[in-house]
Amino acid sequence: MSIRATDFSECGPVYGLMAEFDSAQELVTAAHKTHEEGYRKIDAYSPFPIEGLAEAIGFHKNRVSLVVLIGGLIGGLSAYALQYWVAVITYPVNIGGRPYHSWPSFIIVTFELTILFGGISSAIGMIALNGLPLPYHPVFNVPEFTKATENKFFLVVESSDPQYDSARTRSFLNGLSPRMIAEVPS
Amino acid sequence: MATNTQIPVADRRVPVIAPGHTFSTITEKIANIVLTRPVSLGWILGFLIVFGMLNMLAGVLGYLFLKGVGIWGINIPVGWGFAIINFVWWIGIGHAGTLISAILALLRQTWRNSINRFAEAMTLFAVMCAGTFPLAHMGRPWLFYWMFPYPNTMRYWPNFRSPLVWDVFAVSTYFTISLVFWFVGLIPDFATMRDRAEKPFVRGIFGLLAMGWRGSARHWHRYETAYLLLAGLATPLVLSVHTVVSFDFAVGIVPGWHTTIFPPYFVAGAIYSGFAMVLCLAIPIRAIYGLKDFITERHLEISAKVMLATGLIVAYGYGMEAFMGWYSGNQFDSFLLWNRLHGPYKFSYAALLACNIFIPQVLWLKKFRVSTGWLWLISFVVLVGMWLERFIIIVVSLSRDFVNSSWGMYYPTKWDWMTFGGTIGLFLTGMWLFLRVLPSISIFEMRTLLPEAEVHEAAEVKQ
Repeated sequence: MSIRATDFSECGPVYGLMAEFDSAQELVTAAHKTHEEGYRKIDAYSPFPIEGLAEAIGFHKNRVSLVVLIGGLIGGLSAYALQYWVAVITYPVNIGGRPYHSWPSFIIVTFELTILFGGISSAIGMIALNGLPLPYHPVFNVPEFTKATENKFFLVVESSDPQYDSARTRSFLNGLSPRMIAEVPS
Repeated sequence: MATNTQIPVADRRVPVIAPGHTFSTITEKIANIVLTRPVSLGWILGFLIVFGMLNMLAGVLGYLFLKGVGIWGINIPVGWGFAIINFVWWIGIGHAGTLISAILALLRQTWRNSINRFAEAMTLFAVMCAGTFPLAHMGRPWLFYWMFPYPNTMRYWPNFRSPLVWDVFAVSTYFTISLVFWFVGLIPDFATMRDRAEKPFVRGIFGLLAMGWRGSARHWHRYETAYLLLAGLATPLVLSVHTVVSFDFAVGIVPGWHTTIFPPYFVAGAIYSGFAMVLCLAIPIRAIYGLKDFITERHLEISAKVMLATGLIVAYGYGMEAFMGWYSGNQFDSFLLWNRLHGPYKFSYAALLACNIFIPQVLWLKKFRVSTGWLWLISFVVLVGMWLERFIIIVVSLSRDFVNSSWGMYYPTKWDWMTFGGTIGLFLTGMWLFLRVLPSISIFEMRTLLPEAEVHEAAEVKQ
């Protein structure tokens, strides 16, 4: 374990402190301990989804499913309303004496548009709730962070956390035995 | 530091990922195909061939738009011909991609992680090829937007009771959702490519596509929810698409079309031909790009079993069609059966039974399921068989319907064949480029297959 004391303090404001770990297990343990210590403005970064990591930093519920529900309902209802309006009100055509409001025929398009709107809202909802696209983020200032999309695991305590104190937080993170600690310039 | 990279193999089956891999080696191996592997002469030669075929498509479509659909072999009574045969065939091939990416994700079949990306790409290109045919068949393809409901000066609206309108919605939704699903799956891998790329231009492109993805735990949480919901939405969608395609036939009264077995039989046939195409592509790709560690014998064997199972469902469909021809006592239905067995197209029916039912039965033997050469050959035979199935459904039924005076033979012209060959060129050009510009295996999902990716509950700190 090597500790690299990078000091960016003269470069301007600091976004937070970043600790690097070697394994998913170490990151989850560290995240739990940091959250338990009372830090709330924390985030963990990993190259693949890790079960329980979001919960460890105190993030339990996301609203993606609500967005999808709303999107799907809008899709289905508007598809049915459109078909009803076309077939019954604005362009009624007598086809083989079938009723204008022949609802079994309308099921397919209603179904397809429910899926279409639900699916698109799940992608757009996820991207928007994640605050993406985001061209710049301070964590990318740390050179080691390129490994966050390959094989390394990172924990960041942000300086906006009320408990944040450059020296105390650093020594706390040090106690989690990370591979290195770096200050993240903002 | 976790150095233990041995994968515990609980059973004696071939693992889904070869032992000895780490997060880094997986990333390197897949990303380097795009980032550092030099363009080989073989790739260029192959590309010239498939790109030439794509240009042939452009040429024949140009000639078609100039002259009209009369250059094809279609006539009255066989108005659908090659265009609809190929449409149904291509759409069916696409189905395996969505099955692998969505249904197998819901069923937690983790072996799918190494084939879902390129199977989804295959879906997209197959649906593009499929879409070409109804568009070209329209006669006036530049008016394609008349199919969609939009306020227009003609004060005209589509008839929502028609299966052909359902088809427009089913196929366009299918393409859009497949594209969205594929793109969402690619976002974390775009970030990996961005962080590995050496050239600023390449880094810029992947950076734009990654949209600033940084692997935050909060982002992954939402990402997994979105991915799961997309899989949940795509699952009924994939089953519905070929169902709706089968309604194009089943709602009509032509003998051989007007049957309730069509939806399940079409969906099974779609998955059958789709897995055949997956194998036809995966076997050469894993050999050429050195991906045998990720697409292992296990994947080939499972795909072969899926083919065997869906092939049996298709065989049941054929059996039921023949049975109903006899059991219904309807003279037109029994004539259809006679016509298939003894009519002018009897050779295509014999070939269909051989390709789709008899030859694939060798997959019961493990020897054929693990031999890449045999498996490739059988998959190719299945692709031919499934094409013949659509030929028989469309041409044999339409050429001889209720009244003898309206009978007529159908012969495809060279333009029919060139259009079909051209879409094969479109499909292969897409795959050719995809393999070189995007990670063809989902890198982040492969990482989750390693034992190091697992986090044990016991290590959690008690609250």
